[in-house]
Amino acid sequence: MTNLKEVFADKKVFIPFVVADDPDVETTVQSILTLAENGADIIELGVPFSDPVADGPVIQKADLRAFAAGVNRNVIFEIVEKVREISDVPIIFDTYLNIPFKYGYDKFCQKCQELNVAGLVIPDAPIEEQAELKPFADKYGIDLIPTVAPTSAGRIEKLAQAAEGFIYVISIFGAAGVSDELATQQLQATVQQIRSVSDVPIVTATEEVEKAAGLVDGILIENAVVKIIAAGGDVQKNLKEYAVNIKNNLAIKA
Amino acid sequence: MKEMQKDTQDASHYGEFGGQYIPEGLMNELNNVADAYNKYKDDPDFLKELHDLLNNYANRPSLLYYADKMTKDLGGAKIYLKREDLNHTGAHKINNVIGQALIAKRMGKTRLIAETGAGQHGVATATIAALFGMECEIFMGKIDTDRQKLNVYRMELLGAKVHPVTSGSMVLKDAVNAALQNWASRIDNTFYVLGSAVGPYPFPEMVHDFQSVISKESKAQILKAEGRLPDTVVACVGGGSNAIGSFAKYIDDKDVELIGVEAGGKGVDTDQTAATMERGTVGIFHGMKSLFLQNSDGQIDQVYSISAGLDYPGVGPEHARLAELKRAKYVGITDDEAVDAFEYIAKTEGIIAAIESCHAIAYVMKLAPTMRKDQIIICTVSGRGDKDVASIAKYRGVDIDD
Repeated sequence: MTNLKEVFADKKVFIPFVVADDPDVETTVQSILTLAENGADIIELGVPFSDPVADGPVIQKADLRAFAAGVNRNVIFEIVEKVREISDVPIIFDTYLNIPFKYGYDKFCQKCQELNVAGLVIPDAPIEEQAELKPFADKYGIDLIPTVAPTSAGRIEKLAQAAEGFIYVISIFGAAGVSDELATQQLQATVQQIRSVSDVPIVTATEEVEKAAGLVDGILIENAVVKIIAAGGDVQKNLKEYAVNIKNNLAIKA
Repeated sequence: MKEMQKDTQDASHYGEFGGQYIPEGLMNELNNVADAYNKYKDDPDFLKELHDLLNNYANRPSLLYYADKMTKDLGGAKIYLKREDLNHTGAHKINNVIGQALIAKRMGKTRLIAETGAGQHGVATATIAALFGMECEIFMGKIDTDRQKLNVYRMELLGAKVHPVTSGSMVLKDAVNAALQNWASRIDNTFYVLGSAVGPYPFPEMVHDFQSVISKESKAQILKAEGRLPDTVVACVGGGSNAIGSFAKYIDDKDVELIGVEAGGKGVDTDQTAATMERGTVGIFHGMKSLFLQNSDGQIDQVYSISAGLDYPGVGPEHARLAELKRAKYVGITDDEAVDAFEYIAKTEGIIAAIESCHAIAYVMKLAPTMRKDQIIICTVSGRGDKDVASIAKYRGVDIDD
């Protein structure tokens, strides 16, 4: 277990999602640094997968740009190494289980520890299938961050009790990043259920920050950040403005 | 895996293979499907309705046809063809679709979705949706919609909406991704009719059970015709549904050799292949741990075969286990060999078989002459080849467009 939970101690946490190597290593490194310098509390770094069944079209396209740039796991690790030369912003990886499986769970988790990667979000590893990865995550102190979906009825207690770092609540049905509209009632009900059994921080993905901030402990921004990077132009200036704005909105609710 | 020794860690696994590697949003629904399946699979009313539909709608039992001319021409083992191509909708796919749709109906679902490669599973699903009065949407890679236009049109005639999938390599694996995503967003009323012996538990088991009617029949038929079991059973393998159905009731008969024939594409040793069992490595994808064509980073490869139904980068977990236990053998056949077999069986036996099935036929053409005349091969003709005629003509450089 890491200290990820402590990031949430005194503030509403802002977690932007960036796809590694989209469109190149330098942009990704610089984007992470810009976001970290302007209010991002944790960076969720998407490790591209050929078949991202749980991601919507915006992230799928970003993955394709990364593949076009020649992304592979060494590139992912290189990105984090470069960030670590300058910043110790908490980083978590978001990927699919075949990536660590193929590399070897032991080696992958060890690498995460070396790079100070605090946690893993793995959408195709529900708690039933985490047993093979968990001993290695535990060995190297990496948090396995669970997802709670609107369809998780009856499983929430089990998920919340197993949660490390934080718990990611999806408020919409379907793949991540398909809709950015916040299903407030759904979210509220799920949050209440989690809070009744666990004190683990709760994060949700939405761009309706002000609406969500009163309900949860952190906001994950998926599509918007990916879109800013995809749009090109002065990416770092645009990211800075976006991050400052989000952070201000969150600060009001803190 | 009832026919194999129970050495699995739990119901969802075949040795190390299988499992439920699927996003949280689908876990409850998968478990609902598993519960429903386990509740109904031995239920007399369910089985009666299933058998009634198989026999009176789908045209079962399918023939076990003695291919006399092929046998004489090849000069070796006696060849029997299990004629799944004679089923309603023209392939083995209907067996599984009827079963899953009956489960869906009992779960109160009103909408069926499916992925399809060559289109046969999509046609079967659209057919049963029409019969049951259910809404139907089919996900099919854009490339496959282009090369299987006839089946796209058939699905639309049956009232289904066909979604050409433009993500990834635009073939079967991408259609599965799209169908999974759609299912996750509509689980209130939707049942995902998975077409092959792949995916998360309980799908590989359901597909095994619903397709095992093939070997259940062929066993009774060969015992009646020859008074003994076959020496060898041959079937083509993409995801592996017709092969698992063809093998199922023989798995415990250790003297019956089981051979799965994969799409070698331009050659098993080239990068234009779909020979998962020969070239694949263990991985986790589409909800299961199994064998996949993938790179050293764990990225799933784009695969190739002349057959849209076989170009899938993985294989069902039970096949991976059967190979590991050396209970079944898996071999590759190239596009060239399959096209030769397509023409051979048409001219020799008057059967236009699906290009998928012709991979199995091509292997039989190699195998039979090496066997004795008193030996017996059963080869499953998994589907009919009308859909492939244009592709074969194109492969041979013949222009059949008006």
